[in-house]
Amino acid sequence: MNGRRQATNGLARGALYLTALVALIPLALVLLYTITKGLPAVQHAGFFTNVERPPGIPGGGVAHAIAGTLIMVGLASALAIPIGVLGGVHLAEYGHGRLAGWIRLAADVLVGAPSIAIGLFAYALFVAPFHHFSAYSASLALAVLMLPVVIRTTETAVALIPGGLREAGLALGLARWRVSLQLVLPAAAPGVITGALLAVARASGETAPLLFTTLGNRFFNLDPAGQMSSLTLIVFHDALTPYADSNETAWGAALVLVVLVLLVNLGSRFVLRRQVALAGKL
Amino acid sequence: MRAAADRFRLITAGTGLVAPLALILIVLVLAQQAVPAIAAFGPGFLTGRVWNPVTLQFAALPYIYGTLVTSLIALLIALPIGVGVALFLAEPGHPRIRGPIGIGVELLAAIPSVVYGLWALFVMGPFVFRTFEAPISERLGNFPLFGGPARSTSFFTAGLILAVMVLPTLASVSRDVIRAVPGGLRESSIALGATWWETTWQVILPAARAGIFGATVLALGRALGETIAVTMTIGNRFQISPSLFQPGYSLAAVIANEFTEATAPLHTAALIELGLVLIGVTLTVNLVALALLRATAQRVRPA
Repeated sequence: MNGRRQATNGLARGALYLTALVALIPLALVLLYTITKGLPAVQHAGFFTNVERPPGIPGGGVAHAIAGTLIMVGLASALAIPIGVLGGVHLAEYGHGRLAGWIRLAADVLVGAPSIAIGLFAYALFVAPFHHFSAYSASLALAVLMLPVVIRTTETAVALIPGGLREAGLALGLARWRVSLQLVLPAAAPGVITGALLAVARASGETAPLLFTTLGNRFFNLDPAGQMSSLTLIVFHDALTPYADSNETAWGAALVLVVLVLLVNLGSRFVLRRQVALAGKL
Repeated sequence: MRAAADRFRLITAGTGLVAPLALILIVLVLAQQAVPAIAAFGPGFLTGRVWNPVTLQFAALPYIYGTLVTSLIALLIALPIGVGVALFLAEPGHPRIRGPIGIGVELLAAIPSVVYGLWALFVMGPFVFRTFEAPISERLGNFPLFGGPARSTSFFTAGLILAVMVLPTLASVSRDVIRAVPGGLRESSIALGATWWETTWQVILPAARAGIFGATVLALGRALGETIAVTMTIGNRFQISPSLFQPGYSLAAVIANEFTEATAPLHTAALIELGLVLIGVTLTVNLVALALLRATAQRVRPA
């Protein structure tokens, strides 16, 4: 082999390593800045216990936004996860027909639908007719965003379970639905939970579908029929004000959000590892 | 028992059908709500350059322009890096380095867009302005592409943060495509004495070309629809400027900014029509991407 070809090969290899590193620079910088700028903010007294205060008045916090995020994502999960899991079970257990093909296609397309358009949809359906903003409408928008993720990850997880388990159940005289829901689904639980967690992480980080559904709220509100704030809305609004202390709150809320999302993601990775180990044993 | 089995099948099919129904309902509801604007402005809505809530004149060209320009900048930057990362991740060997980079790319996808927006607004934008935009536009300002005065919130800043955000999509889908290239191709090439680079450039990448194109189109769909990070970095100025360093506006950004402040029904309808245009384009783009990826998967699968 001549030297020039070897040199080109070495150069290309080096470039590839460099590219992989370049890809991680933004991640490192975003995390670095969120931590260094967010830490001072979350250490302020009352950051986790108080609600927002006007710019210039110390002691404001994001308690109302944390509650809002948890409640809205919780409601969206209660709607999207059961529907998505059953839909995913259908695709894995009966997924050869044309109907299943349409469901799969719709889920794949829906994953890429712009979240702001889904926010407009929730507004038209649940805000405009009732003439007031509500956390319910935001939860609906978030549920639409979560649904395709849950469907497809559930399908993948359930399809991984070997057919022998189903046959064993059917041979023992179990009804088909019992086999699916009480035998196969529990075996696939880690994978299904992973999908649900990823969907929760996605919903927690969404801002656009909340803008004209829940709108935001400066006060503490636990009633989903009214407006609520969320961590993402705090980041968005406080980043775009000219006040330094509001900007600091934005970084603090961003830190809380990033920690939440990363915990959910790493947690799902841990759960998935158990699924792979389990599937090996079956 | 047979009846119960069928009932279970029907019930789960019903829950599965929620996804296509939601999709259809979203498009229908937005179309219905946009009717006043469609009736008032017709096709001129897409080509006009006036957006005036006071005189109720609405046309969307500058928003469409901003959406397209920022997405194209994002793809131009993210494509080479994304394919590089995909090659790296699909490569056999080096699992110790590959693992952390794979996790890193997944975490890149997990960061909420509002956090990217925040970082781009306060850190990346000003940095890019100081070190890149301002010097270039001072020296090469005669080129329309780099015309000043440069701003830290601009088409370029928004495109750059979009590049970061679509990178994980591009990298992970391309990785799957590259992994699906039959191993025999790589082995034959290496057996013929080709180096790793020659194998990659002349065998692997051509075989994976259609799939990588599919991944790029998928990333385009993500970039077109991204709202919050663009709203925070594009500068929100209603103009069509050839200069990448000047502020602009995008379809998603104007909906985010004006929707709750729109009082006239026609203004609301016009914003919803923007949403309809946006979802129509992204759905089409996604369908094309999925078709490309499925065609590749079928072609590559061993018979």
